[in-house]
Amino acid sequence: MIGSDAAGPTAIQAAFDRAKAEDRAALVIYLTATYPDTATSRACMEAAVDAGADVIEVGIPFSDPMMDGPTIQAANQHVLDAGRSVSEQLAFVADLAHLDVPRLAMTYVTIADMRGYARFADECADAGLSGVILPDLPAAEAGPWLAEAERRELATVFLASSVSTDERLAAIAQVSSGWVYAAGLLGVTGVRSISGDVTRDLVARIRQHTDLPVAVGIGVKDRASAAEVARYADGVIVGSAVIRAAGERDPDGAPDRVHALVSELRAGVASG
Amino acid sequence: MSRLTDPTAPSEEAVREGYFGAFGGSFVPEALSGALAQLADAWRAAQKDGAFAEQLDRLRRDYGGRPTPLYRAERLSEVAGVEVWLKREDLAHTGSHKLNNVVGQALLTQRMGKPRVIAETGAGQHGVATATAAALFGLDCTVYMGAEDVRRQRLNVVRMQLLGAEVVPVDSGTRTLKDAINEAMRDWVSNVDDTHYLIGSAMGPHPFPSIVRELQSVISVESTQQFDFQAGGLPDAVIACVGGGSNAIGSFAEWIDVDGVKLIGVEAAGEGVGSGRSAATISEGREAVLHGSRSIVLIDDDGQVLPAHSVSAGLDYPGVGPEHAFLARSGRATYVAATDQEALDGFRRTCELEGIIPALEPAHAVGWVLAHGRAELGDGARVVLTMSGRGDKDVDEVLEVAGFDVGVAKAFGEGEA
Ligand SMILES: Cc1ncc(COP(=O)(O)O)c(C=O)c1O
Repeated sequence: MIGSDAAGPTAIQAAFDRAKAEDRAALVIYLTATYPDTATSRACMEAAVDAGADVIEVGIPFSDPMMDGPTIQAANQHVLDAGRSVSEQLAFVADLAHLDVPRLAMTYVTIADMRGYARFADECADAGLSGVILPDLPAAEAGPWLAEAERRELATVFLASSVSTDERLAAIAQVSSGWVYAAGLLGVTGVRSISGDVTRDLVARIRQHTDLPVAVGIGVKDRASAAEVARYADGVIVGSAVIRAAGERDPDGAPDRVHALVSELRAGVASG
Repeated sequence: MSRLTDPTAPSEEAVREGYFGAFGGSFVPEALSGALAQLADAWRAAQKDGAFAEQLDRLRRDYGGRPTPLYRAERLSEVAGVEVWLKREDLAHTGSHKLNNVVGQALLTQRMGKPRVIAETGAGQHGVATATAAALFGLDCTVYMGAEDVRRQRLNVVRMQLLGAEVVPVDSGTRTLKDAINEAMRDWVSNVDDTHYLIGSAMGPHPFPSIVRELQSVISVESTQQFDFQAGGLPDAVIACVGGGSNAIGSFAEWIDVDGVKLIGVEAAGEGVGSGRSAATISEGREAVLHGSRSIVLIDDDGQVLPAHSVSAGLDYPGVGPEHAFLARSGRATYVAATDQEALDGFRRTCELEGIIPALEPAHAVGWVLAHGRAELGDGARVVLTMSGRGDKDVDEVLEVAGFDVGVAKAFGEGEA
């Protein structure tokens, strides 16, 4: 067991190590909490893990998600329209303890800040999460959050971009724990396809500053793109494509659709 | 001398730190951090470069029509019971104060070598100003505008298109200014290498609030001199409407350090403070992070941003620039609110008593002065009120919302017109 009782960064590192021992990249799957409904969402998370996800990012919806394209925006809005509070979403997350992979919350600074960083860190840790991703929290503003995250042994994954200077990459590598998230393109989630050469170059640049795993997300959507990224990155992150599988058509079929897609992606990361 | 040309002025501190007390900062995706640093560098270099100040002055004067007059509105004053001096930004090119900021940022865009600008717009005035500068400087221009605002500010959509800009209606969320900003941010994240996001108010991540404030401070650089020359002494209050807060911060800037001059920001109360349908951010909001900075926001316990409501597209925003949050908390400025109805009353009175058709945004400031000015400021108090724009864009909406036809009485009560 990857031990949800292990400290966050350790549990995440173990997941990446296990993938590496199998000579493949780790597969990180993003799913929005309670989307499209609580039962379906839970079944989709289970399906993703069963099909080979190594890490789960659980999206906590925010009304104004600046980094997200139409697919994840719509999923966020769907959950908010259903009136599910952040507390309910965190309770849902706490109920995923049976999933034998590390889970991280993905949300925006506004949500964490409104609860207060201390309370948010407590709630995430108490819900069994290993870490948190806040895509609009730059390293320079991260001090107060990091203090709380470290107090509860939560990893904080920071994003790096192809336009980040080396100086910024060094700062990102320094504050990041769990892994460093390399953006696969300049843009928001779920719209364009990954920029191959630029991303490969970014991953190489990040590696000059850290021994942490480097995972690539934004723009990866299918087996082929997962395989391509797996050739040079330690992890492959897929979100919008999974949300489409979960949300399109009937909820009853969602877990099977997610299972099928994640199986494909898992085959991709293994062939890369 | 304005802060723009005086490197020792106190706002240098704000530019460096990126914070106004507890408010401000820079909460953006990593992809934008480099562009913000580049912008801060370009701005610092421009402030030290006499040629920049010269270009800016020349454009403002010869192209933009500055200085704008300070005008004593006698008939309005009589009805209000306080002496109202209007700072006539409505007479500036493009019909509002927005060009002050846009011309400066367009020069910065040129200095950064970027060929494309994007902008958000609510009332369409910032979009028109940006499209204007883009035409003037030969830049590509895309303007994001909430679909609801496209409907209620149609005239400005046509103006932007005539000026060569692409107008993208935004259908997500509340389909107003907040969502237009989200969409502009997403465009910027996607095209940051060749695009400058020309933010239209004193909000957003550092260094935007400081840059926009300095560029808009020309309003009060002029009004301090004009008031002294035309009226003598000091006004009792300086009053401006507050959306994101650019015309207000520009109107306040040079008065902030002047003792005895009250600074009053007028937000849009929509159907009333406490009605659940308002845009009175400072009156009703709480501290939170929105659109890249920590400020005051209409937001729920969970951190979900609440929809704002106002008859005025330019004030229909659940956030406010961070320096206003600071001025409110420090007590240096006071923020009040005018309802839709008070704004429509201000609109009508300004038309009928002064022969000026005001934009609905500054009509809120006029409406507040008419309803509360005498009681709050004392009989005969002297106020400088920023008439931030003209109202051509609003006539359709006023007709529809207020039923403002030749039979005025129906919508506006008995009025003496
Ligand atoms: C005429 C006019 N005044 C005021 C505003 C509000 O913006 P700000 O608070 O930035 O001045 C707008 C915005 O569209 C406007 O068009």
